[in-house]
This record gives sequence, C-alpha cells and structure tokens, in this order.
Amino acid sequence: MTEKKKLSLICFSGDFDKSVAAFTLATGAAAVNYDVNMFFTFWGLNIVKSGRRRSLVGRGPLARAFNFLAGGSGNLPMSRLNFMGASPGLMSRMMRKRNVATLEQLVQAAKDLRVGLYACEMSMNILGMKQPDFIPEIKDVIGVPTFLKLSEGGETLFI
Amino acid sequence: MTFVKARLELEKLAAGDQLEVFLSEGEPLQSVPRSAAEQGYKVLEVTQVEGSRYRVLFEK
Repeated sequence: MTEKKKLSLICFSGDFDKSVAAFTLATGAAAVNYDVNMFFTFWGLNIVKSGRRRSLVGRGPLARAFNFLAGGSGNLPMSRLNFMGASPGLMSRMMRKRNVATLEQLVQAAKDLRVGLYACEMSMNILGMKQPDFIPEIKDVIGVPTFLKLSEGGETLFI
Repeated sequence: MTFVKARLELEKLAAGDQLEVFLSEGEPLQSVPRSAAEQGYKVLEVTQVEGSRYRVLFEK
C-alpha cells in the first residue's frame, strides 16, 4: 500500500488573505488524499477561536486586551491594504461574486475533509486561553515536538 | 476548491450512485475528472453543455 503524502501548515500570521491561502492549500491537498495538519500559533490562533468577534477571552487584563483587539475569524485583517478593517469584507464580497469559496467555506471544508487542526500550547498560554476557547474541531493543543512528529516525512509550509 | 466541493459530494454517494458536476473549461475540466479517477471514481461521461461549460458524470 502506497504511503499517503503529507502536508503540514503552520498558520502564524492570522491575516485574512494568508488564511485563505492556507485553507485553500489544506483543503486541496486533503481532497486528493493527503494527510493534512494545520498548526495554529500566535495570531493564527485567532482563526480558530470559538467566537468570531471580539471578546474578552483569556486570563489576566493584558491577555484579555490582546484577545479583544485581535478578535476572531470575523476580524482577521488583510496583510496589505486593510483599509481599517474594510478589506476582508470587500474581498469576501468579490470572492462570492466570482464563485470562489470564502474563508468560512474553506474552514468548513477543512473540517469536513478531516484536516487535523491543532492549537499551539505556548501561544495559547501566553494569551491566557484554554482549549474550550477554540472551535471544537481543534484536535489537540500541542507543542513543537509533537508538531515535528506529526509533520515528519511530509512538506511543511509556514504561512 | 472545485475538486474539494466535488470530493465532498462524491463521498456522500453509495457504491454505484452517480453524480453530475458542471465544470468550466480549462483547469477545472482537466483536474477534477483526473483527481476523481485517481481516487477510484469512474468518469462515465463528459459532455459540453454550452460555451465553456461541461457536464461530467461520475460514478462511485
């Protein structure tokens, strides 16, 4: 039996456009039977928070302030030309108009295709969060050694 | 994403069931049937519907 190809993506930036790219790669690979894992770290954690909007989640006033300002998947900034937060909505509108999957649809497809979704333990602790603060599809909260084991033998991309 | 959507629908089929997918000429028409065939799905028919739009019939 041929061994499955593997793709691992480290989602660091938490930018809207880069998240679209990450999930497009992840779902495309999963659809052709790759074993796919996504590791959400630092700003990437915002993509998989359970709340889509800004909320005072986290332990301690500084952590809550950071988490509130960063928001969730509904507040991800564009990496360029953010126009004070207007761009992601405008970009999503253009995507829908051209029948291109939106970020929300891509995230759902990743869940449906059973992509492995993991949160970074270190970032989670810095931001004073816990696993229940993320979407239920987060398989586990892991650190570098476990991620290296998961990604061994495959391609790893840093986004 | 085209093949992602097709794959998710194909997964829901029982053995012997068929699914028709409408694809645009070019990359979707080339890659979706090929990827589906690699996954073990049969490509029964590819017919031009109108202009650059094609109907592809798959069977699980």
